[in-house]
Amino acid sequence: MAKVVAVTGNEAVANALRQVNPDVCAVYPITPQTEMMQRFSSFVSDGQVKTELILVESEHSAMSSCVGASAAGGRVITATSSQGLALMWEILFIASGTRLPIVMPVVNRALSAPLNIHGDHSDAMGARDTGWIQLWSENGQEAYDNTIQAFRIAEHMDIRLPAMICMDGFIISHSIERLEYLDDQDVQAFVGKFKQLNPLLDIEHPVSYGPLILPDYYMEYRRAQAEVATKVAQVVLDVADDFAQLSGRKYGLFETYRLDDAEIGLVILNSAAGTSKDVVDEFRDRGIKAGLFKPRLYRPFPYEETGEALKHLKALCVLDRADCFGGSFGPVFVDIATSLYPYRERPILINKIYGLGGRDYLPGHAELVLNELVDVAQTGTVRNYKEYIGVRE
Amino acid sequence: MKLKSWKEVNPGAVITDAGNSREFKTGSWRSFKPVWIEENCIQCLFCWMYCPDMAIKVKDGKRAEFDYDFCKGCGLCALECPGKKGKKAIIMVEEGK
Repeated sequence: MAKVVAVTGNEAVANALRQVNPDVCAVYPITPQTEMMQRFSSFVSDGQVKTELILVESEHSAMSSCVGASAAGGRVITATSSQGLALMWEILFIASGTRLPIVMPVVNRALSAPLNIHGDHSDAMGARDTGWIQLWSENGQEAYDNTIQAFRIAEHMDIRLPAMICMDGFIISHSIERLEYLDDQDVQAFVGKFKQLNPLLDIEHPVSYGPLILPDYYMEYRRAQAEVATKVAQVVLDVADDFAQLSGRKYGLFETYRLDDAEIGLVILNSAAGTSKDVVDEFRDRGIKAGLFKPRLYRPFPYEETGEALKHLKALCVLDRADCFGGSFGPVFVDIATSLYPYRERPILINKIYGLGGRDYLPGHAELVLNELVDVAQTGTVRNYKEYIGVRE
Repeated sequence: MKLKSWKEVNPGAVITDAGNSREFKTGSWRSFKPVWIEENCIQCLFCWMYCPDMAIKVKDGKRAEFDYDFCKGCGLCALECPGKKGKKAIIMVEEGK
């Protein structure tokens, strides 16, 4: 029986991790993730999980510990935000290149400087090409559900890649929402027993991790990893099917909201999608065919499926909660544009940068953008391909 | 040794066969090759002791030929060789000459 609770996003994900009961967890605090690992640490000290907790001196060490523990043959977790994720940077590549299925909630927060602790996608966007799987979550329920599914996806024997579960700092991590928890034994049965692959601690079958691979083989390993990335989407869908049977909650590679017959649309990640859906409803009430597309599996990005879902629109705005300095457009925009490039008939694309450093994203912002899209769709002309919204001029 | 395709490599570059460094022939790294001159050899076996790559063979307690599959040409053996009456039993010769 599912249990209905009122909890913060951090509390929900910490509870998912308790229900999974991993072997090893490396912990280092950073706002706004701290509460999650604090709660998980309590589960450890209260004997509610059998997890070995490693208290490390930095996020670089946290991820290094995870790499060692995962190679040793354990089910391994950690969590981080912002500067913490940035400090893990070089080890993120080692985790994915070594094909270690570490699971890590990332509570999205802005990067310094200037110093800021609030919701922003710059941290995870900076790590989007590290070879990790990224699942993005609109609310506490999705963060909880994605965390449980991430273990099955990452640990799938055809995949064996680390996975991040992204949710917005403070907006989700610290807000109390109504959530449904699954039963402990259902979560345990869903994730199953951890399957080891070449564990270092199997002394009957000694193995070496981390060899030097010279030019005669490096490219073959990279090509093999690129191939694995192509298999992730199907596994995500299969795991989502199983999860729907257990929970009644359906997930895909992305969520489409009133998009099938839409003429104008928004692409937006995480919590701001919720706000935008309300505004899409208001436009629909006025007879304007608006829709929304919310990526869930952002890495590996499902280009073909995304292009197929968006190609019929007349005008589309991609909203980015991160900017690519010097790269001209926001990161999600670049991926959406790439997914639409193969189509001769495709929507006119515009890009808005919003909500940096926790700046509120309000219904009025979505309204402004949708009104602009109505105009773009009618006239076929674009005033500005990229601009900041919600900023003082 | 035939090089593997990307479809054949182990996930994450993990090496699952222990003791396989024997298959990695490092002799091709050599730019100078040690040559043994048996008539100047006093069988002290200093070369065998100093060789960092176990590339000097000993048979029945006597110095035998170099193992050129693994000799990287570091020249330690030639340096340490006392030789006989001032004549070295190991000299270094440039590869390809």
